[in-house]
Amino acid sequence: MRVARHSFYEATARKRIDGLLDAGSFREFCGPAARIVSPHLPALGMPVAFDDGVVVGEGTIDGRPVLVAAQEGGFMGGAVGEVHGAKITGLLERALDVKPDAAILLLDTGGVRLHEANAGLVAMGEIQRAALSARHAGVPVIVAIGGKNGCYGGMSIVARSCDWIVASEEGRLSISGPEVIETVEGIEEFDAQDRALVWRTMGAKHRRLIGEIDALVADDVEAFRTAILGFVGRPRPLDLDALEAEHEMLSRRLERFWDCADGRDVWARLGVNDPASVPALDAAGFNGLVDALSGGRP
Amino acid sequence: MLETAKTARVWDTLERSYRARIERGAAFADGKTVRRDEIVSFLEAVIEPGDRVCIEGNNQKHADFLASSLAKTSTDAIRDLHIVQSNIALPPHLDVFERGTARRLDFCYAGPQGLRMARLVGEGKIEVGAIHTYLELYSRYFCDLTPHVSFVAADAADADGNLYTGPNTEDTPAIVEATAFKSGVLIAQVNRLVDKVPRVDVPGDWVSFVVEAPKPHYIEPIFTRDPAVITEVQVLMAMMVIRGIYEKYGVTRLNHGIGFDTAAIELILPTYAQDLGLKGKICQYMSVNPCPTLIPAIESGFVESIHCAGSETRHGGLYGGALRRVLHRPRRHDALEPHLLSARRPLFRSLIGSTLQIDLEGNSSTATLSRITGFGGAPNFGSESRARRHGSEAWLKAGREQRLSGEMPRGRKLVVQIVETFGDGMSPTFVERLDAWELQKTFDMPLPPVMVYGDDLTHLVTEEGIANLLLCDTMEEREQAIRGVAGYTPVGMKRDREMVARLREKGAVQYADDLGVDKRFATRDLLAARSIKDLVAWSGGLYDPPSRFRNW
Amino acid sequence: MEHLEFDYDGTGEKPARALALAGVVGSGNLEVLIEAADLGGRCAAVVDTSVRGFGETWRQVLADFFARHGLSDVRVSINDGGATPAVVSLRLDQAAAEIKDAQA
Repeated sequence: MRVARHSFYEATARKRIDGLLDAGSFREFCGPAARIVSPHLPALGMPVAFDDGVVVGEGTIDGRPVLVAAQEGGFMGGAVGEVHGAKITGLLERALDVKPDAAILLLDTGGVRLHEANAGLVAMGEIQRAALSARHAGVPVIVAIGGKNGCYGGMSIVARSCDWIVASEEGRLSISGPEVIETVEGIEEFDAQDRALVWRTMGAKHRRLIGEIDALVADDVEAFRTAILGFVGRPRPLDLDALEAEHEMLSRRLERFWDCADGRDVWARLGVNDPASVPALDAAGFNGLVDALSGGRP
Repeated sequence: MLETAKTARVWDTLERSYRARIERGAAFADGKTVRRDEIVSFLEAVIEPGDRVCIEGNNQKHADFLASSLAKTSTDAIRDLHIVQSNIALPPHLDVFERGTARRLDFCYAGPQGLRMARLVGEGKIEVGAIHTYLELYSRYFCDLTPHVSFVAADAADADGNLYTGPNTEDTPAIVEATAFKSGVLIAQVNRLVDKVPRVDVPGDWVSFVVEAPKPHYIEPIFTRDPAVITEVQVLMAMMVIRGIYEKYGVTRLNHGIGFDTAAIELILPTYAQDLGLKGKICQYMSVNPCPTLIPAIESGFVESIHCAGSETRHGGLYGGALRRVLHRPRRHDALEPHLLSARRPLFRSLIGSTLQIDLEGNSSTATLSRITGFGGAPNFGSESRARRHGSEAWLKAGREQRLSGEMPRGRKLVVQIVETFGDGMSPTFVERLDAWELQKTFDMPLPPVMVYGDDLTHLVTEEGIANLLLCDTMEEREQAIRGVAGYTPVGMKRDREMVARLREKGAVQYADDLGVDKRFATRDLLAARSIKDLVAWSGGLYDPPSRFRNW
Repeated sequence: MEHLEFDYDGTGEKPARALALAGVVGSGNLEVLIEAADLGGRCAAVVDTSVRGFGETWRQVLADFFARHGLSDVRVSINDGGATPAVVSLRLDQAAAEIKDAQA
């Protein structure tokens, strides 16, 4: 059947993995037939999912062995519960044993599953520690963001603790979601209904321009695969020098942009001639702009 | 010899009244141009108590400045008006009833104001003359419901009152002609006053006054359907329509409704229908509202021409792009007709649309107990036009299938309803008895408010399959064909399975397998555009969507 | 939540594959897990649904499904977030097509 492209945004977690890995190479751990479901949701009168909203397993990408986890954004907004979190943690811990060429996390999440409260929060800490352990062992951890839920809450912190982030323009990355900011700070400060504002503040283009993500791709599973492949087998250093350099970068960034009221002001200060045109650029046009701005993390 | 009457009848009442009104209005105008700040006093001078007044409020284009100004007039000067207006869409349209400026109402469609309307009718503040079809109301404009005063909206006017409506003509000509030709006062609100209008759409002789509105007239983007919201079930039904109706009958000229069901059909023309080799064989000429979901079908050359009465230009609907294409790429899109000078609603061919409730005879209605909405153009599109005849394959084939007719061959218009068996909140679409009957009693109407009558309907499409009512020989068969596609609603569960099986054998009931539709392909992957942004990409950047539909 | 269990006569062949999954649990959506199981030729279905009071509809939807596909020795397990019968049938058909497809 005629399909222009396979949208990453629209795909389920399983379809995303199918498109990312070599055909037939995926082997799932703790799959749906095992029925390892949330122990908390039935008590709250809520339906469970056979995989608790995350698919984990191993396979190859262009012949190279990788571990992969994909959150299912359609189940409870991709929120991390106890089982969901344990599956991701277990996968990352497996990286220490099998030393794959990469561990890949396809994130599509609002953060902690509030229904599971402390269990979800604990899971978040465990995931972060496991990701850092994998990196310490030399396994690059690559994050992809491009689903309906973006990547928020504790998982956004996890994402920024990894080696590389690939995102499509549809992707969003932030700790607090738009509604949370509006509720706390008021609608004058942040109007969560203003979708263009949300994307100028948390969207992947803005995150790419200020150096928080490493590749921006079109909303296409194949484009994600290509970009992710470029980072397979390429760990970034995780040592004191690297951390200090990161802190230095963050201080400089704060100094440079603290008085900007809008993403557009930041882009203008970065040297973008026509900031208003940025949201309308397609991925190729945008990446041309990034290259022209001399690239790299500011 | 006839004896001459003692008191001679006066034969120029209207003309005298017109002159008096113009004279009174002239005090607030420079030539034909009303001073905007004095608009309320102007209206009080020109309108008389009890007048029939039309406020242009079509699907999209609204004389909103004049409507809100009327709602500010003193009820000492203006009261008890009889509003004759196609579309009650904006709050001021009902404010005039709330405050007593107007009392009687003849209309076609109330949409979002339906709830408030029901309340005002209940409180006795609105006397409803009738809920008309568009054809009915506009015909009556020329007969007994002629407006004394009409408000219209246009893009530009010159000092002589010549109007340029822009690409968005809609029903303006019908209102203008009915009013002007019977000595009514025609007042136009325009976005801008200019020395020379780009094109004269309405000659100044017919226009009494113009006023420059503080803001461009309101346009409701009611035709914008975000492809992101289309479901797999809608894709499945769209596949069945393409195979079971468009392909089967070779439908080349047709009208679509504006819902998500028809949007799904439009979006799989360049994918599913193209792969079936149907390009050039179906859906070549469409008479539709300017739905942006048609962009991929136009750009891929699947649809050759589109004819429509309105646009969402300023809000960036299809015709924002299409009009520019006509200007810049004439060879490719020369068949597009974004500008249209008269309302041609009766011309529409096969109709495909949606509804909220269907009964066992196939009667359908969107009216439910708490709302008075009216049906817009659907009753006119969704009816067998018995005066019409032509030789298209679809028309003749449907005519041959039609049972219950004599020896003389004649054609038949296809009228198709698409519905899911359950609506929001698991409320069944199929019912033994329409709410319309209750509604008739509650609002004391002469007829139950039915949108499409069962005997006008030829096909009913649900996610379960297609009921071909042409092939039903008896009312009992018709009922079972409808039950046979009514899914797991109580109506569907009560089907006579043996009879439905027999109907399936003769093609009066067809399921996905019978139609050669593979349900595994019923996914959103089949949609040529899955987001508003995809539509922009298809249009090569020409489509400029309304802001509420963007995330960039 | 409501928990429902049904079983039906099998009418066809054993499936080609061990299992198939269709759909995602969400509002108005459901997941269908269909597995080959040794049920002596019969078919079984287990439904956990967030909407109570539609047991008879589920029974009929599933009966039609098994009759339509001619399956035997399969177990269908459903987690439902309030899907309409239209969506349920679509997911069931998608899952059945996949488990019957020896090539996939």
